[in-house]
Order: sequence, then structure tokens, then C-alpha cells
Amino acid sequence: MTTRALTDPQALRDLIESRLFAFPKRHFLASQDLDPPDILALLDLADAFVDLNRQTTKKLDILKGRTQVNLFFENSTRTMSSFELAGKRLGADTVNMNPRTSSVAKGETLIDTAVTLNAMKPDLLVVRHSASGAAELLAQKVGCSVVNAGDGQHQHPTQALLDMLSIRRAFGHVDSLTVAICGDVGHSRVARSNVILLNAMGANVRLVGPPTLIPSDADQWGVEVYHDMREGIAGVDVVMMLRLQLERMDGAFIPSAREYFRFYGLDREKLSVASPNVRVMHPGPMNRGVEIDSEIADDLSVSLIQDQVEMGVAARMAVLASLAARLEA
Amino acid sequence: MLKQTQPIALVNARLIDPESNYDGPGSLIVADGVITQVIHSAHLPSGSSDLKVIDCDGHVLAPGLIDLRVKTGEPGAEPKETLKSASLAAAAGGVTSMVVQPDTDPVIDEPAMVDFILRRARDIELVHVYPAGAATKGHNGKKMAEIGLMHDAGAVYFTDVEHPIVNSKTLQRVLSYANGFNALVAHRPKEPWLSEGAVATSGEMASRMGLSGVSALAERIALERDLALVELTGARLLVDQITTHESVSAIKRARARGLEVFASASINHLVFNEYDIGDYRTFYRLDPPLRSENDRLALTDALADGVIDVVVSNHSPAPAEDKRLPFSEATAGAIGLQTLLPALIGLHHDRNIPLIDLLRTVTSNPANLIGLAAGRLSVGAPADLVLVDIDAPFSLREKDILSKSKNSPFENRTLQGKVELTLVDGRIVYQNN
Repeated sequence: MTTRALTDPQALRDLIESRLFAFPKRHFLASQDLDPPDILALLDLADAFVDLNRQTTKKLDILKGRTQVNLFFENSTRTMSSFELAGKRLGADTVNMNPRTSSVAKGETLIDTAVTLNAMKPDLLVVRHSASGAAELLAQKVGCSVVNAGDGQHQHPTQALLDMLSIRRAFGHVDSLTVAICGDVGHSRVARSNVILLNAMGANVRLVGPPTLIPSDADQWGVEVYHDMREGIAGVDVVMMLRLQLERMDGAFIPSAREYFRFYGLDREKLSVASPNVRVMHPGPMNRGVEIDSEIADDLSVSLIQDQVEMGVAARMAVLASLAARLEA
Repeated sequence: MLKQTQPIALVNARLIDPESNYDGPGSLIVADGVITQVIHSAHLPSGSSDLKVIDCDGHVLAPGLIDLRVKTGEPGAEPKETLKSASLAAAAGGVTSMVVQPDTDPVIDEPAMVDFILRRARDIELVHVYPAGAATKGHNGKKMAEIGLMHDAGAVYFTDVEHPIVNSKTLQRVLSYANGFNALVAHRPKEPWLSEGAVATSGEMASRMGLSGVSALAERIALERDLALVELTGARLLVDQITTHESVSAIKRARARGLEVFASASINHLVFNEYDIGDYRTFYRLDPPLRSENDRLALTDALADGVIDVVVSNHSPAPAEDKRLPFSEATAGAIGLQTLLPALIGLHHDRNIPLIDLLRTVTSNPANLIGLAAGRLSVGAPADLVLVDIDAPFSLREKDILSKSKNSPFENRTLQGKVELTLVDGRIVYQNN
């Protein structure tokens, strides 16, 4: 949206102010919580936060007095620090909790943890959990807004939002682009969230991977399914690679890492059939030499992978700010 | 492979080509290893010259046989059989392409092993040898083998041979993963617990002989699961040997539901029945065991009806030390490369099954299943041919057996149908006398 970065701090603050809006729901649990106008509004707001984050003084007071708890049952350095920075830059008091190593180990259930936390009166609760539906369950039990930062194999909606932001900033638009999501779609919450947002934004979505890693009913998701990577990425504008968990490479879902790289690893040769302006994305962390060749990952003329990390903070700031705006309304 | 030097004309033959459904007089011209002319007349058009002419004397000239299930001992058990000795037996039996099984030592479960077999066969320069690859690593039934890389290296299908994949989830993943490469999976319908320790089909015969038996139904139990997994995955499956009338019905039902299921049968189960084990002769100790005469007749009917797509020799060499043992201690299996064609022709004579339908199961059907250009008499196809005198009777003597292991159940039996000439890529690899 912004073509030229605003450098005047006051003008930037006014711009952010003018783009602030109330999130359409109390919680952000899944991509389908957003309708296309909401997505556009969030992306516009996030664009302004990108400019803010590139200034020396990055601090605002939109969330001043608010308490944000980052509750990560599953380890994730990059997502947790992204949410923590987003909250801090908006002026919130942020607390990180990693219950895997504390009370859960002592036998506390998810609902007990929720009730305990709720008594501490947080305003925003950012949750990551290894079980699908965990964020939804927590949302039913607490009085604050819940942001799903990844629940099992279900969804990771802020990742999809930051991916939309990265794509829109690279191409100027998302609609009518063809996006191939490649790899372990079956176990990927990132893929599920992205398919929904990309479809809502009017992109053409393809899923590429071996049949053991693509759900058998994926053809009903409004996507085209390919098992041959060269066919799947032919002419596409964006190749979105997914991380393959190491434990899935040893014969259960695919025979070996070397076979996976040969048929589904992204290298120069396979990428040559994509559009000449193709951009490559990866939610990280990458398995170099398994799903992606370093030559591609590190080539800044095609790789958006570093941008994605930067956009992550801005997109999460947009989500947190608009959820807080709703709390006030 | 060495290419032939001089063009050959095979004249005055009875051509049988299941692919084009032609059974009638004809001649073929072969040059540079391929069929260059198919003439539906016993004689050449005038003006043909510079050809080495072979008069077929009215005998049957058909595509060379493609045997989808052959075991040798190479690598790992060369005293049993080598790729060379099996190739010699194949050539003498009119088999011009054979698919060797991956249950060797080491198991063919990675692309370098596939390449090893292909290079050995190229050096031997007799018949075409294609490896099948393992479906799971070391046939362990747990972890998928490198199906994609082996497929690229030249493995023609994937199987765990005599080790059925017990874990249904593993088989489901093997089927759907292979399907992504359009690779064919073969799987034996063998219920492992019911089959444990059994050396015969349970019934009056096995009881009387005091042999531990397995019910013929055990095959169907395993088969029905495999068919359900085919339905679940939408993959193709070659059912590796059916032997009972129950299995024939199950295959028919699966096809009626639209499943892409193919079925093979071994020549042994089409020719012999459980009474052949009567004098404890271990050459009839087979796996799956020989079945009742009812089952055998149902199989021959299924063959005539096209329910059975492929007939295999299930060539399984076992040396004397593995067979000169009490029946239940002997190694299962029989050799069959040299007798596959005469035994099939026997079914034509005994059961009146049209020769063209019998030949279809060892030529065009297996060729189409694994994607070979051979197996048909058409211009441009490899000149892999067999000339056979279908009426000539003979008796197989031990000294005539070219395999290193001599465990043939056809030994000293009268067979009808003598291979006169075998060509591979236009080269003569076997000639009678």
C-alpha cells in the first residue's frame, strides 16, 4: 500500500492512527476469522508498522497498560520473539511463559492453566500448542483476546497474514497470482492458514508434494494438487516451501532425505520452470539440502525468506493493535 | 546389447500377436534389433533381397515371453543361480524379458542396486533383465524404500516378494507414494499368522499326509484388506499370485467397483494340484502351497476369462541341499523359466483355451503393465521373438535343465510345445539342436 516510506515520525503516527480499526472478532484463531476487507485493512495497517519498525524510535503506546502473555507450550524462538517484539513496540507489558517446563510437567491440564492465567487478568493471550484446537479451547475459558500462534496441525493464522504482507509488498497485489505451496502440506498448519487467506485474496493456489504428505481430500480445498514438482511450479509467481520434520524423512512418509530433495527439494533447475519473476518463501526454520537448496534460500533476488521475518513483527503488531482496539470499543 | 548385423526374414509362420488380436499366416522382417515389417502372408513380397531367410515351417511365431516373477541367486547366493544361468534357461524357454525379484542379499532397495542388476544383465547380453525394487527397506515392512529413485534408475515395479507388508498403514503409504510416481506395486496376499508353519493347503490330503496346512481362505483374508487399501488410495496394484477360487471372485468384485487391480498366477498353480505332493516330492513344495483341483479349475477358467492378467513362472531355484529334506523342512519353490511356455501350451491342448489368450498373459499384458515396448509384433517393437512347435512332445530330463538348481516339478513329465528359436533384439539367443 505504501509505496514510499514515511520518515516524519509524527506523520507516521498519524497514518497508523488513521488505519487503526477494531478486529472483527474477539479472538484471532483461524484464517477464516477474516473477511477480505479485514485482510486488506490489516495489511494496510501492517504496512505502516513496517515503516515504523525501520525507524530508530520504534515505540508506540497503543497497548500502554495492556498485559500480553505469550503462552508457548511448544518451543519456538522466532515466533515467540516476534510476538514479544510486536507487543513491546506497541507499549504492552509482555510476559513469556513456557509451561512445557513448568506446571504442565507437574500434571496441570490446559484448562487449569487457562483458569490460572485468567485470574492474572491479561488482555492478550498468544498461544502455541502442539494439539489442534488448543487455542480454541483456551479462548472458551478466558476473558481476554486469544491469538493462535500455531495449534498442532490446524492453523497458524498470523503466519499466513505475514505471508500475504510479504507477497503484496513484493508484487503490489495478491489477487490473480499463482502460488504453489510445496512439501509437507498434511502436517502443516502454515499451509492450512495460507490456503484460506490466499483463496480469500483471489490467488490461485496449488499444493505440491508426494501423496503421503498431501491430505487425500485436499482437492476439495479450492486448490489444484500436483505430485510432480516440475508440473506443480510451472509458471507460478510464488513458491512457498514448507518445513519437513526430520522424523518424517525416515521411511514413514518418504523414504529418505536424498529422495525427497531429488523430487521435491527446491533447486535452481526445478525453479527454472516457474515464472521469471518468481519469489520463494519459507516459514522457517529451513532444512537446507532437504527441502531447499542454499543457493535459492540465500539468493536475495528470488528469496523473500528474510522479508518474511521482518513482516512477521509488523503483521503481529497489526493484529495485536486491532484486537486491543476492539477491547476498547 | 549387441545389435544384429544382417536383416532377418522369418517366413512361413503362424503369427500370434495378442496385442493386435492376430492369429494367422505371416512373416516378419527384422533389422537393427526391431521389427521392420509385419506381413500377413506366409511369403515375402517379391523383390526382397539381402535378407537371411528363416523358414518357420508353419510353426507359431509370437512375441518373446515376459516373465514378471523370477528369482536368481545374484547377488548373494550365486551357487543357486546366477543372472547368467537364469538368462540361459530363459532363452531356452522363449522368455526374452525377465523381472528379477529384489529379495536378494543385499536386498535391492536402493538405486545403486537397481543399477548393478541392469549393468550385469547388459554384460551378459542374453535376455532383457529388469529389476523389481523393494517396497520397504530390507523388506522390513516398516520403512518405505527409495521408490522414486529406484523407479528413475529402472526398477519396473515394487514388491516385498514373500514378505507381505503386515502393517496396513505402511502398505497404504507405499501404495499412495508409489502412485505419485505412477509406479506399480505388487503385493502377495498372504495372511502371515494363519500361514505360519504351513507347508500345504489344509484339507483331507494334508491331514492324511500329516502335513501342517493353511486354509485356502487365508489368501482371501489378506487379499480383501489389500483391495480395500487400493480403494482407499486410488492406487494401482498387481496382486502377486492368486491361487484360489475365492480370490478369483474377490478380484472380479474389486474390478466391478472400478478398482485398478491386476492379478497374476503362477504356472504351477494352473497345472498342478494338492495331489501332486502325494509322494512327498519336495519339488512340489511351493509357497503358496498347491491347492485343490477345484481351485485349479477356477484358476484356468479365470485365465480364459481374462480375470488373470499375467502368468508367471515364479522361477525359484533351490539347490539339492535345500530340497533333499523331509517335505516340511525343504525350501519352498520351483524353477520354471524353461517350462513356462510348454506348460502354457499344455493348457491350450488340455483345456482348449485359445493360444492367443494364453500368450496374452505372458506378452502384451505384462508389457503394458510395466511399460515395455516389447511383447507385441508391431513395426518398431523390439525383435524379441519366440518360434515354437506347439505339437512337438518332449520330456524334460535333468541334463536338459540349464538352471544351476534343478528343482523342476516338470522333470520327467511329458510336455507338448518345443521352443525352436528365440531372438532378443534380433539376435538369436537360442536355437533347438
